[in-house]
Amino acid sequence: MFSDYSMSELGAIFAMQGFAGLILFSVFVLMALGLAIIFGQMGVINMAHGEFMILGAYVTYFVSNFFSAFLPGLFPAYFFVAMILAFFASGALGLLVEWSIIRHLYKRPLDTLLATWGLSLILQQFYRSVFGAREVGVTIPNWMMGSMPVTDLIEVPINGIFVMILAVSISLCVYVMMFRSRWGKQVRAINQNRVMAGAVGINTEWTDRLTFGIGCGVAGVAGSAFTMIGSTGPTSGQLYIVDTFLVVVFGGAGSILGTIASAFSISQAQSIMEFFLSGSMAKVLTLLVVVGILMIRPQGLFSLKLRK
Amino acid sequence: MSDTPSSKPPKGFSRRAMMATSAAFGAALFAPKNLLAQSYPTAEVNTTGLAVTDDTVTVGILHSITGTMAISETGSVQAEKLAIKQINDMGGVLGRKIEVIQEDGASDWPTFAEKARKLLVNDKVASVMGCWTSASRKAVLPVFEQHNGFLYYPTFYEGLEQSPNVIYTGQEATQQIIAGLDWVKETKGANTFYLLGSDYIWPRTSNKIARKHIEDFLGGKVVGEEYYPLGHTQFNSVINKIRLRKPDVIYAIVVGGSNVAFYKQLKAAGIDMTAEDPVLLTISVTEDEILGIGGENMEGAYACMKYFQSLDNPNNAAFVKAFKEMWGEDIVIGDVTQAAYLGPWLWKAAVEAAGSFDVDKVREAQIGIELDTAPEGYVKVHENHHLWSKTRVGLAKPDGQYEVVFETAELVEPDPFPEGYQ
Repeated sequence: MFSDYSMSELGAIFAMQGFAGLILFSVFVLMALGLAIIFGQMGVINMAHGEFMILGAYVTYFVSNFFSAFLPGLFPAYFFVAMILAFFASGALGLLVEWSIIRHLYKRPLDTLLATWGLSLILQQFYRSVFGAREVGVTIPNWMMGSMPVTDLIEVPINGIFVMILAVSISLCVYVMMFRSRWGKQVRAINQNRVMAGAVGINTEWTDRLTFGIGCGVAGVAGSAFTMIGSTGPTSGQLYIVDTFLVVVFGGAGSILGTIASAFSISQAQSIMEFFLSGSMAKVLTLLVVVGILMIRPQGLFSLKLRK
Repeated sequence: MSDTPSSKPPKGFSRRAMMATSAAFGAALFAPKNLLAQSYPTAEVNTTGLAVTDDTVTVGILHSITGTMAISETGSVQAEKLAIKQINDMGGVLGRKIEVIQEDGASDWPTFAEKARKLLVNDKVASVMGCWTSASRKAVLPVFEQHNGFLYYPTFYEGLEQSPNVIYTGQEATQQIIAGLDWVKETKGANTFYLLGSDYIWPRTSNKIARKHIEDFLGGKVVGEEYYPLGHTQFNSVINKIRLRKPDVIYAIVVGGSNVAFYKQLKAAGIDMTAEDPVLLTISVTEDEILGIGGENMEGAYACMKYFQSLDNPNNAAFVKAFKEMWGEDIVIGDVTQAAYLGPWLWKAAVEAAGSFDVDKVREAQIGIELDTAPEGYVKVHENHHLWSKTRVGLAKPDGQYEVVFETAELVEPDPFPEGYQ
């Protein structure tokens, strides 16, 4: 397959393909972090994760329209405002959902699956009724479009770099919050022993609510970023949900590091196979390998040793 | 969902304006309407117990207005309602006003079958305008054949089907594909092609036809053929492969949310479609899809289908104007929307030619029916239940519209079972 190409061409293609793998990795990390917080730390199976992402995407759409109508001079920078607003919008919805639905179901974790699945259907129809059934086009500032030529042959998409930087910064934020902040310590304490954590004076109810809200907020930021590379419509969230769960479960619930490692291995495997095989075949093989590994290691790549 | 035709008017649609016009038309047409209805007594025009009264006839609309497919099917519903309203304003069919029962297929194929049965058995509708995906059509087909219903199906599709109970108002695959490939070979000198599609029956069958045509008739070469799962959102790998193989043409049949991801990433990867190196030719992106993709991401691509909103003819000008008046100024009209608009008109013409609402008589009268009022221009029903139509190539503009750069000189004959292409 490669005999017709010169070494420099092959080198360039492999460099770009490697970069494509890194972009996919960043996308997976962004998708999965919010879910990893919620599923990993609280054990809630949030099937509406994709819909929280799409809320972020719609917020981006409105912010972009607002800027192009009222503040055209600041349009190139609107994306940062949009991401912050997306975090708060999805986070606020998350707090509301936790208060109204999830908190009644902590003792029945499997039921959260049904409840949040129902919630995802409700949210989809809500988006459809309010924003219309058709997809909306989000205008991306010019500086974020196009590619950056590195050499004559190698070109790197700018939005890919943006997604990578975003993934790294959000991962760092989550890490700091989880392992360096008071909230993170409380979350981990509750995760290890809820009753004891309550007994030593941690407000478990409020911590749960905040955790859920932050997880949803991170999903909103991811959704906002994905307007650069994907579609924004009432059901677009469904496109991400399978991959998201795959990454989180494969990484081992409860471990942020596991999530990142699993995102890395799945994305690299998939992007290498996509290059040598067809797209559908690559997906099938990736899923088969993941299923195989999970059969041998049901707890995922990394797992926390907990006293249950 | 809603059993009544008077469901909530969608955004941008002024009920007052509609009532005013229909009142005006009603007054003007009151007398001739009754005369016409009297000369076609109900007992004679309806011998099979359909929902026909002395002054109304009921038809069904069966599309998804909830679920994934609502994105695509909304336009079809709007077009069908516009056509029915216009027909009613002209006095209806055989002097009878059309009443609509709309059912929601909810993007779920068994639901389509169940709702089709409800429309045919309980409501006894005279015909149904509906379905969008091939999967939903396949699901309702046995119901329509069992209960002898009559379906007008608007989507361009893969062919390989011809039911006595369906009229296919969109193009079948060979009509859409062959003319486009001939055009790109002739005007762009294309020899190498990269075929790309979403992984289900329509793109696969279409690419099969395209490959045959490229290899056997054009003497060209297919340098890659690939399918990605529906909803796939990461296309960087395939874009790298396309760079490596350097085809003259990317032939893309990507659908749904994947579409948006594919074109955005193509642009981000530095492939400038306006430079036509390679040329991008698609059969799956109508003006409706460009709304989601963004005109600036689609600029320079070519699409091959039978209708574009920018078609310059008086029929289309009137159609676009009426559509925007009814559904709002910002709306766009794609190929399938126009094909859906033909359904009620073709049915009306067939009923009037037959002088009856009976499905068997309508079916017989339908063959050879001509419409010279169609927005796409003149169309005619072939005896294989598909339409003769012209095929056109459009160049995507940054404003989300296509500029028509080519149209076939003659109508293209529908050929749902193409020999030598299977």
